[in-house]
Amino acid sequence: MKILIVDDFSTMRRIIKNLLRDLGYNNTAEADDGKTALPVLQTGDFDFLVTDWNMPGMTGIELLKAVRADAKLASLPVLMVTAESKRDQIVEAAQAGVNGYIVKPFTAATLKEKIDKIFERIATA
Amino acid sequence: MMGEQTLNQARMLVEHIESGDEQSAQDALEELSKLRETDLYRELGKLTRELHDTLNNFKLDSRITDLAAQDIPDAKERLNYVITMTEQAANKTLNAVEESLPVSEQLQGRSEELGAQWERFRRREMSADEFRELSRELDGFFANVGQSAASLHGNLSDVLMAQDFQDLTGQIIRRVISLVQDVEQSLVDLVRLSGRADGLHTSAAAVGAAAAAGGAAVAAAAAVAVEEAPDVEAQGPHVPGVDEGENVIQGQDEVDDLLSSLGF
Repeated sequence: MKILIVDDFSTMRRIIKNLLRDLGYNNTAEADDGKTALPVLQTGDFDFLVTDWNMPGMTGIELLKAVRADAKLASLPVLMVTAESKRDQIVEAAQAGVNGYIVKPFTAATLKEKIDKIFERIATA
Repeated sequence: MMGEQTLNQARMLVEHIESGDEQSAQDALEELSKLRETDLYRELGKLTRELHDTLNNFKLDSRITDLAAQDIPDAKERLNYVITMTEQAANKTLNAVEESLPVSEQLQGRSEELGAQWERFRRREMSADEFRELSRELDGFFANVGQSAASLHGNLSDVLMAQDFQDLTGQIIRRVISLVQDVEQSLVDLVRLSGRADGLHTSAAAVGAAAAAGGAAVAAAAAVAVEEAPDVEAQGPHVPGVDEGENVIQGQDEVDDLLSSLGF
């Protein structure tokens, strides 16, 4: 299971990386915005994407749309972990095809619950 | 040019008086005062228009009023929230450290005690009864090590999660920085405006140059800001007391409810 973590704050990337390691996901890579993440996703064989929303260059919602528009990446599970908590934004992310949405600040238990749920849904689909 | 005209008319007036032509002298005098009045009215008109433009510009630039009435108090709230969040993170970290230190000290002390007894056993200095006692203590210690490790792991996880303040406060501070840049821009506009209106008394060129220099600095700063946060949609973290309203979601449960209402 190879996971890409995208956030412009390196502290948050480290937090998520450590939480994922705790959950048994040891194979992670990092990118600091959508613009750097997209080529990494296109060349690497990632199984899961965790992304922030508010980032310079290319935001998480733009990255999500780009991923869904890319034939090779279209079915990649995407979990958004963001401080953006407006109703419209969550609806927009849902419409863009997000698989899970976590608002910051979040807990380790929430991260585990959402990741488990995404994989459960993929398994039953 | 104007002075020459006035001088000519004055000469004519003197000529008419000297030649005793009263009617012509009267006409020349009227011409002279009319000329003066025209200048006065023109100057008054100019001043009135400048005043009107200036007042209009002030009215148009309601950004300044918004900044003072809304955005600056909001920024104060946001920065206060940053203090609260950093304080919480520091306390969460310190609590975890204070809980962990005795656990690690206890582990260290107990392992030294049991290690010494184990040494005695290896040197065959221990009676059968003492060894039975030691093996009971070792059972307890192994169970305790498992519990302590779990508790240390929990505390370290708390320390890890407490560091999320850096991301959240960073986003809030970025918003305040962009507000400060707005204030700077508005002040530069104000200087430019007063430079134009106050041209009679101040060296307009000097003010203009200062405003232009300020403008360039603001433009550069704005370019940096655009590079950092180009997304107008992104709002940053929810700040209690500032970002309230129908549209704001309060926590993960409401996110989950909304998503499930959308068929998730």
